[in-house]
Amino acid sequence: MAGTDNNSLDGLVGRDYAAGFVTDIEADTLPPGLDEDVVRFISARKDEPEWLTQWRLDAYHGWLEMIEPSWGQVQFPAIDYQSISYYSAPSGDQPKTLDDVDPEILATYEKLGIPLHEQAALAGVAETQQRPPVAVDAVFDSVSIGTTFKETLREAGVIFCSFTEAVHDYPDLVRKYLGSVVPRGDNFFAALNSAVFSDGSFVYVPENTRCPMELSTYFRINERNTGQFERTLIIAERGAYVSYLEGCTAPMRDENQLHAAVVELIALDDAEIKYSTVQNWYPGDEDGRGGIYNFVTKRGACRGDRSKISWTQVETGSAITWKYPSVVLRGDDSVGEFYSVALTNNHQQADTGTKMVHLGKNTRSTIISKGISAGQSSNAYRGLVRMNPGAEKARNYTQCDSLLIGEKCAAHTFPYIESRRPDGIVEHEATTSRVSDDQLFLCRQRGIDPEKAVSMIVNGFCKDVFRELPMEFAVEAGKLLEVSLEGAVG
Amino acid sequence: MNLLEISDLAVSVGNQPILRGIDLNVCAGEVHAIMGPNGSGKSTLANVIAGREDYQIDRGRIALEGQEITTLSPEERAHRGLFLAFQYPIEIPGVSNMEFLKAAVDSHARAAGDPEITAVDFMQMARSAAEQLGLNPEFLKRGVNEGFSGGEKKRNEILQMLILKPKVSILDETDSGLDIDALRIVANGISAFTNTINAVVLVTHYQRLLDHIEPDFVHVIANGSIVRSGDHSLALELEEKGYSWLEND
Repeated sequence: MAGTDNNSLDGLVGRDYAAGFVTDIEADTLPPGLDEDVVRFISARKDEPEWLTQWRLDAYHGWLEMIEPSWGQVQFPAIDYQSISYYSAPSGDQPKTLDDVDPEILATYEKLGIPLHEQAALAGVAETQQRPPVAVDAVFDSVSIGTTFKETLREAGVIFCSFTEAVHDYPDLVRKYLGSVVPRGDNFFAALNSAVFSDGSFVYVPENTRCPMELSTYFRINERNTGQFERTLIIAERGAYVSYLEGCTAPMRDENQLHAAVVELIALDDAEIKYSTVQNWYPGDEDGRGGIYNFVTKRGACRGDRSKISWTQVETGSAITWKYPSVVLRGDDSVGEFYSVALTNNHQQADTGTKMVHLGKNTRSTIISKGISAGQSSNAYRGLVRMNPGAEKARNYTQCDSLLIGEKCAAHTFPYIESRRPDGIVEHEATTSRVSDDQLFLCRQRGIDPEKAVSMIVNGFCKDVFRELPMEFAVEAGKLLEVSLEGAVG
Repeated sequence: MNLLEISDLAVSVGNQPILRGIDLNVCAGEVHAIMGPNGSGKSTLANVIAGREDYQIDRGRIALEGQEITTLSPEERAHRGLFLAFQYPIEIPGVSNMEFLKAAVDSHARAAGDPEITAVDFMQMARSAAEQLGLNPEFLKRGVNEGFSGGEKKRNEILQMLILKPKVSILDETDSGLDIDALRIVANGISAFTNTINAVVLVTHYQRLLDHIEPDFVHVIANGSIVRSGDHSLALELEEKGYSWLEND
């Protein structure tokens, strides 16, 4: 880019993080620190059965022996795990229904554009036919404050509730599947989560049932100095289908906050799970102060033959993102997909990708990753494709594209391929490109301002992934990219 | 009335002078041709008029409809009615032609304080312009210049001109890469577009485009200066003798 116009591609200014406000409510927050008593407190607070308390304690003891992973292409000062509060919930009794929820909290979700009233959501349908209702589980700091459309879903046999409720109402299902995809000792952050997880969402779709609406969980961190450790468990029985969306935001704060979640998906014979994420945690300011550390373990198990798990993620937030939504393809003819857009701006760092582990015959996986780096950010794709000896005729296709905006950002690609099948087919394509001054000048000559031009170019770059998102989310994701890129040209 | 007025324009890149004092007046209703050998500064002139920022303007001014635009951004110049058809149109993968054109048209409407055109009206306008240039309407759904042939890229530039209806259009080597049939279609499109209130400046190396669109004035640039101006017969003379006799003047 010789002769670069210094006004066009350099110089990042503040971005507009619309979800950065704080809700002023009374909260019961544990003092900072982590020991056995904290683990027992959380378990007792949730009135958990003894086996689960023990499960947590085993995870805790395992965690004490582990060290933080250091292989990621990310840098951050050591986290003091004793300075974090591991539990924070709005004061008072747990609300029984949405009508009991603190109006301040309801107003928060309204401000974020998340409909928590079924009535309102239904009215929306009457106005515009294209807006189907979405059932929402709203997680505020450490607890779920309400789940909508539970009755409608129950009629279809679908269970959608907070993790805490699931432990009480469906203990057998929880006990059977918890930790079956991501074991307690899987990695440092998964072990920490297993010890102190506070809430999250639980989904069970019975045999041959197509979940009648989109399900979604909206995570909100509000309290200062707390970590959010939630767990999501989704089980699709034979022939079941479910599409699940996840969104996240947090207030703007100068200190970093830790979010270490675990998501486990289980698909049995002929079942399909589609899991979409729009991650917009507070990314920190333009100097790299504050922001969320998003250290998340997500894994799906295609246990059944012909089952399918598809991850779609749009990652625009967080100071640091460290996550690899993966699929273990155990069932014959099972299918794993990973579609990702990860955008970093200012001083954000992302090390994200996927693992596709082929165990069954004729298993297929597709990986489409689009990384966009702007400002002084660093964006890495890290992916593993493994074909085990039993994975007869397994196939993978990986496409991994990086787009650079400006001169000070970085893009890295770390693809790992381990094939122990002579008949396995692994294809890998990768490109790195730049938003060029020529593209920008073409747009500007046609009257399009530089910010709109960059957002249009980036949206075009991400098209293959946005196509995979549910309609409403695709529009949302496009807008989010636009906001996140604000100031990338100026 | 002078639509485009360039006076004593001198431009350099690094410390290398490219244009050494250009004067040019283009009035409404006129077609000008700027000819010259490779490296004479033709494309630089076209890009500097459009506001490309890779060049240093050492002196001189550029005015559009009597108002100086020398320091305006490229998009402001575009909104005031200046258009540049690129010599090498660049690809924007994943952004459809339609989306791109609509964004361009909307930006012009906003700048003029006009309401945005409806999607239906826009579609009709775009389809009829595509038809005029012998392009299948499917063409509008493809990514901007993505996988286009050389000829398609050039036609796409003219399509954008027909839709944006600029006052002054500078067409940089629009004829290069076109076969005879495509050249005729593009030339007809340009001819049909010209009227008494706009003007077209054809930047070209060869005379062949001028067989289809007769210019009112022909200017020859060599070594960063206009060394000769005349009518169409000058272009024919160049065709016969080449450029060297002018450069050696």
